[in-house]
Order: sequence, then structure tokens, then C-alpha cells
Amino acid sequence: MEGIKDKVAIIGMGCTKFGELWDKSVGDLIVEAAYEAFEDAGIEQKQVDAAWIGTVFSGLSAITLAPLRLSYIPITRVENMCATGSEALRAAAYAVAAGACDIALALGVEKLKDAGTTGLAGPAVVGSSTLGTSGVAPGYSPPAAFAYLGTRYFHHHGIKPEDGKRLLAKIAVKNHHNGSLNPKAHFQNEITEEQAMKAPIVAWPLGLMDCCGVSDGAAAAIVVRADMAKNFRADPIYIKASAICVGARDGQLRQDYDFMHIEENVQGSQKAYKEAGIKNPRKEISIAEVHDCFTIHEMIVYEDLGFSPKGKAREDVEAGTFTLSGELPVNTDGGLKCFGHPLGASGLRMMYEVYKQLQGKAGPRQVKNPRLGLTHNLGGNAGTGISSCMIVGNEKGKSKQQHE
Amino acid sequence: MVGITSIRTYIPAYRLSGDEIARMWGGRSMGGEKAVAGCDEDSVTMAVGAGLDSIKVYKGKMDGLFFATTTAPYKEKQTAAIIASALDLDKACYTSDFTNSLRAGSLALKSAIDAVQCSSADNILVIASDCRLGAAQSTFEQTLGDGAASVIIGSQDVIAKIEGNYSIFNEFFDTWRTEDDVFERGAEERFIDTAGYKPVLSEVISGLLDKYKLTVKDFSKVVYYAPDVRSHAGLAKSLGFDKGQVQNPLYAQIGNTGTASAFIMLAAALDTAEPGDRILFVTYGDGADAFILQVTDNIRKTRMRPMVKRDLERKTPINYARYAMWRGLVHMEASRLPERPPLSVQCLSREKKNILALYGVKCKSCGTPQYPTSRVCVMCHTKDNFEDYKFSDRKGILFTFSVDHLQPTLNPPGMNGVVDFEGGGRLVCELTDCDPAKTEAGMPVEMTFRKLYQTKGINSYFWKAKPVTED
Repeated sequence: MEGIKDKVAIIGMGCTKFGELWDKSVGDLIVEAAYEAFEDAGIEQKQVDAAWIGTVFSGLSAITLAPLRLSYIPITRVENMCATGSEALRAAAYAVAAGACDIALALGVEKLKDAGTTGLAGPAVVGSSTLGTSGVAPGYSPPAAFAYLGTRYFHHHGIKPEDGKRLLAKIAVKNHHNGSLNPKAHFQNEITEEQAMKAPIVAWPLGLMDCCGVSDGAAAAIVVRADMAKNFRADPIYIKASAICVGARDGQLRQDYDFMHIEENVQGSQKAYKEAGIKNPRKEISIAEVHDCFTIHEMIVYEDLGFSPKGKAREDVEAGTFTLSGELPVNTDGGLKCFGHPLGASGLRMMYEVYKQLQGKAGPRQVKNPRLGLTHNLGGNAGTGISSCMIVGNEKGKSKQQHE
Repeated sequence: MVGITSIRTYIPAYRLSGDEIARMWGGRSMGGEKAVAGCDEDSVTMAVGAGLDSIKVYKGKMDGLFFATTTAPYKEKQTAAIIASALDLDKACYTSDFTNSLRAGSLALKSAIDAVQCSSADNILVIASDCRLGAAQSTFEQTLGDGAASVIIGSQDVIAKIEGNYSIFNEFFDTWRTEDDVFERGAEERFIDTAGYKPVLSEVISGLLDKYKLTVKDFSKVVYYAPDVRSHAGLAKSLGFDKGQVQNPLYAQIGNTGTASAFIMLAAALDTAEPGDRILFVTYGDGADAFILQVTDNIRKTRMRPMVKRDLERKTPINYARYAMWRGLVHMEASRLPERPPLSVQCLSREKKNILALYGVKCKSCGTPQYPTSRVCVMCHTKDNFEDYKFSDRKGILFTFSVDHLQPTLNPPGMNGVVDFEGGGRLVCELTDCDPAKTEAGMPVEMTFRKLYQTKGINSYFWKAKPVTED
């Protein structure tokens, strides 16, 4: 398989502030994210050849993008649960790589706070239309679905409840610290381990501080053919790999799934590493933005993505491996925990941070000399997931095609 | 020989005490406690609980299912068919609801006996289940309990032979509910006792004794319904029953469970009965039915024992707030989680076997059981090579779980988890009747039929897992 390594470059990105944006509509968010990206890329709205709009709940069809007044070009709405933003970027990148268009826009948006509800819809349709529409799917909340991981992980590794809580608290504290350095983040406050541990329990072992923000926001990227990128800017970011990995609900149906890892994360990241030519992710990746919808998932992702050996994430969390000054900084912008999680926008928001970091423009959060960055999303939950893994870099290698 | 081949009870786990009700209203406690159906239980789910227990003991094919209740979930739509589906009875089964009278259980019993006697059926499953409500501060609030009992009438392996019966009808206002009433209505207790209950019971018992030329002394046990404890004791006195003869009505333990009441007492009597014992069994409601039962040698087979004592001992006390919440007596704040998608009756119809009897499939290529039904095997990916596979009667292990404080439930916190079934197969489902503090990964669980919620006039019934209760 040839892949898209170094065939496509990101030349502009935009991201709104995330949060409870009571006075902004879906259209406002779309326009803000897109125009920041146009300006960053140095292009005009009319130069866009094709667009992909990702949203889960905040729009149906390509018409969602109408506020941009793009005129008579191909536009497609995509949806892949929490991996929706990454899915939009992937589609745009593939179209550019295929030569179907030169300049493509990928935009993700979500306006969750207009629903007036707490959190997200439960797994009403869990992979099977049958259980969903006949109304007998269990009515648990998303935190509960991720709590399964914590319960099993602690049980299996013999981690005492208070030790497990402290471990998760360290992840929340790290992400809050990073968020406090980010003016666009939904939550910009530092918290202590004690605060995290004492927060009201939502679904044991997950407390309020283990759950990501429910937010409004949008983010956008402009992608072009890699060979055109330098015509737009001196520091384009090159896509090294894009993998989407979707399970068949196996974990919810088969007894051999352990509820201590997400198979979709493991297989998806392996595919991405292969495409990008990465042998040792912990050493080669400079910065990662991963799907910390709940702290337990961030911990499990460390193992799934090969940052920590299996069963050893605990040691790395305790050693501070993933802090801003650590060996492999993770969620430098505050993550879903603090930046917030408007579903359709999240994948592109992650890429926005990695893009800025790789350009050396991340301000107080800037990590030293990054070369390769990774974004990771998980749609769905333990046992039934959609995992996305994208890898980008600030240096253009030679694509396979050019080798030949 | 026609008689009872199996009798089982279903007593919900929860108890509300008279003291707690009195504390709530600053009134007088009548003492004792009543059994309260959980927030996910009703007369249908309790009936399924009792019925499953009966058919587990007695394996013959059921030719009929007669369901007796005064608290059916639908005015138009048969309840027996829902129960028969959950019990996974053979399709060629004559299902019928017996309703409107507190005597509905014995009316169903009489019809079952007649059917087996005239050889129109070999086995009929009779289930009585009730869940009546007393208005706040009423006597009924303290006396009405929830429960179910199931009896199989047949002619093979009979544990108690039916030797005779006698019935009378009586038009009388003692308790009633109109089509729109939520709560029980009743006449003055003294009036019920002296003008209705006592004369009717006396008449039916003397009628029976005359017909079969027996006296009260010929019975080792008398089992009879009464509106309450006092009228129960009063009848024994006026008819001259010995103390040792009278079966405890269990009203102080579980309350008056309506159509199920006399059957639960009968099950308790059979718990300790000896071969040869003769039992007088009398029910009441718009008349009365009296039966003569004779216990056979089969009662010695331990698997045939009803085990009411066991059911009575499993209990969890609840406070009035929880009771009020479960029975919809107070308006609760609506959940802030997004609503469930609307129910599809088309989907319910297409998948009734999967939903009501918890059927999945087993792959004939690799042998993996799976739920729900698949077209392509989750393990070996072979297409369309399955046989039906029932999960409802299988025990399992709770692989992982969560205690969910966001889940909309009338019994917070919500409990749900991942069940790995013995013999294979996995289901993510809700948990019930389980204490969050005592729930742990690796715990043995079994499936129980419950009401998930009601929406647009449709009750959504499905299976949940609960901690295994050892026999």
C-alpha cells in the first residue's frame, strides 16, 4: 500500500475559542475557524476547490457549510462520532493526494451547549440498529462506558481504589496545567491532585475532574499538494500518515476482549506508524494530542499507542513522562479535558495544536524542537470504537512516488 | 390424578415497614412490613420471575398459560402473551388473562384444573401477580404488598392432588377500582368483614364440606385469603380452626399481595407439608372458591419444594422516599441527559424473540454464542451459519461494571456492566437488585426480566443481570 506520506501539506489552520459560547451560532463558529485558516494560509475563500464538513449533532449534509458561501464546489458532510474532525481532514487529504483537487478545506464544528442537556447522548445505537431502536440498549452514560476500563484495569493490576484515583488525578492535573497556558481553552484553571480526587463521582472511578469538557467550538485546516505547499508559506506541515481503524463491536460481544485496552487504538496506531515509517513512537514522536475524553482513556492510550509498555502506564504517569517538560509531552493544549470536546471539531483542534507546535508558535506551551506530532481520536467506547491516528511533521521527506 | 405439579413464588427484594410509613406521615404504624416491587418491576416481571422458577423445576410442555392479576399493564393487550414470550413457551400454548377480581388467580386455577381433567391439556401454567397501590396515608398503603406465585396444573408428578372444589359468587362492594383509579378504593373495614368476607367464606367452606362430607378436622392445614390480619384471625376463631391448622397469611412479612396472596400462602404451606396431608384452600373476591388438596409422596423430592422461606429471607429495607419515587407518587426532576430515541414497535415486533426471551445465536462453524443475532459470526466471520441460542437461563460472571451517577434511573445510582455467560457469549447490560458497595468484577450474575421504562404507552421490557441467588 502506497499511503499518503508527504503527498499532502497543511498550509493553514484555524480554531475558535472553545467553551460555553452562548452568543455564537454554528455558522459563527464555522466562519471564525475557516477565516482564521484562510488568513493563515494566505488564500481567499473563493480559492477553495472542495470542502469536507464534520459534525455529529450540529448539522445535516454539506449545507451545514453554507455560512461560508462557498459557491458551487463539491462539499461533503462526514460523521464518525468523536473521530469526526479527523475524518474530515483525512477525506480532504485523500482527495488532494488523489489529484481530485488542489486546495481543500476540512472543517469540524459542534455546538453541544445549545441542546440544554448534560453530557452527550448515551449509546442509544450501539453498533446494532436493533438494540438501539427497540429501546432496550442499556441506558448508561458515556463516563460509565469508560469506567468499565478503570474497574477492570485496577482489578487486573491490583491497584487499590485510592491509588488508582491518584493516578487518574495526575493526568487531570497535567491537562489542567497545560490548559491554563492556553487562551483558547474552555477551562484555563490549574487544579490539585486533591481537588481531582475529591471531585464528585460521576461513574466510579471517574469523578468530575476525570471527564472532559462539553463545549462548543470549531476548527479548520487548508490542505494542498505537498509540492505546492511552499508557494503558500515557508513552514507548511506535512501529513505523514492517516489511519482510521474501526472495530466490529467485537469487545462488547466476545469474551476475549479484556477491557484494558482499545484494540482499535492499537491496530490504528500500528498502521499509522508503518505508513509514517516510525519504529519507536516513544522516541520518534515529539508531541501527541490524544483522546482524553476521560482520564482513564488517556492512560490506556499511552499503552495502546506504544508510548508505555503494556501494564506500565502507571510508572510513566508517576514519572511525569507526558508532562509539558517530560520525555513525550501529551495534550499540550489542555486536551479534551481542558480545551473542551465539541465532537466534530476535536480532531482538527488537536491538529491545530500540533501544527502550531511544529511551527514553533505554541507560546508558553512550546516544546523544544519538535519534529513529528501525532493526533489520536476515539469515537465510541471500550469494545466498540472508531480510532483515528494521524502523524504530521515539519520536514518533507520524499514520498514513495518521488523515490521511484 | 390432577393436581399441582409445581408451585413457586416471586417476592420482590424490597420491604417497606409500617413504622417507616407512619414516620413519614406522623400516623399510626400497623406494624410489620410489605414487599415492594423494585422500580423496574411490575406484575408482568414478577410473573415471569415466578413462572421461570416453575418451569425450571417442572420441565413438561405447557399447553396453556393463565395469567391472573388486577394490575395488568394494558387495558387492551394480553399480558399472558408477553409472559409466555419471556418464558419462551411453545407457540401452541393457549394464553389467557384472568382479571378484575382478587379471585382471578383461583378462577384461573379452576379453569386449568377443568382443562386437565377433561384432557384438553396436559399441563397449564397458572400465574397470579399483583402490584396494587394504596393512596398516601391510607390503610391500604400499609397493607398492600407486591408479589407473584406460579402453579403448574398437570397429571404427572403431582405434589398436591385436587380432590374437590366449590365456588359461589357474591356481588358486593368491598374493594374496587374504576378504569381510571390509580389507588385502591374500599368500604369500611367492619362492613367488609361482617357483611361480606365472613359470611361468604363461611358459606363456601360449609358448602364444600357438605358436598364432600368432610369436617374442618379432616384438614391438616387451612389456607385462606383475608383482606387483612384481623379478619384472617377472626375467621379462624368463628369457624373453629385450630391454631396449628391455620397457615400464616404472611401479611406482616409481605402484605396483602392481591391475586397472588392465597397462592403464596399455599406455597408456604406446601413447604412444610407431609405426604397425605389434606389442605383446605380458599380464595375470596366477588365470591369465593374453595379447594381440597391432598399432598402426595412427590412432595418429598426436594426440587419440588416451593422454598417460600428462602424468598422471604432475601430482603432489603427501603425508605419512604425511594418507595414514593419508584411508584411515581412524587414528581421527580427529569434527567438532564438527552432522551432515548423513540421506541419502534416495528423493531420490537421483528426482534421479540431476542428481546423478550433473550435469544441470540450460536455459530455452527466455530461454536461461539453471541448476542444479539448476527448474520456474520463475530468470531470466525462465517456467514449465515447459526442456530438459535437462549441466554436468559444462563448464569454468568460480571467481567467489569460501573456505578453510574448520570444514568436516568428511579433507583440511583445506575448500575451496568459486562456479563460473560457460562458457555460463551457476552452482553453489556444494566444491573439490578445489587448493592453498589458489594458489586465487584468477577461476581456471579444471572438474568432477570425487568421493565426498563415506559414511553408513549409502551412498556419496554428487557433483561438485566443481578447477583446470583443460590437455591
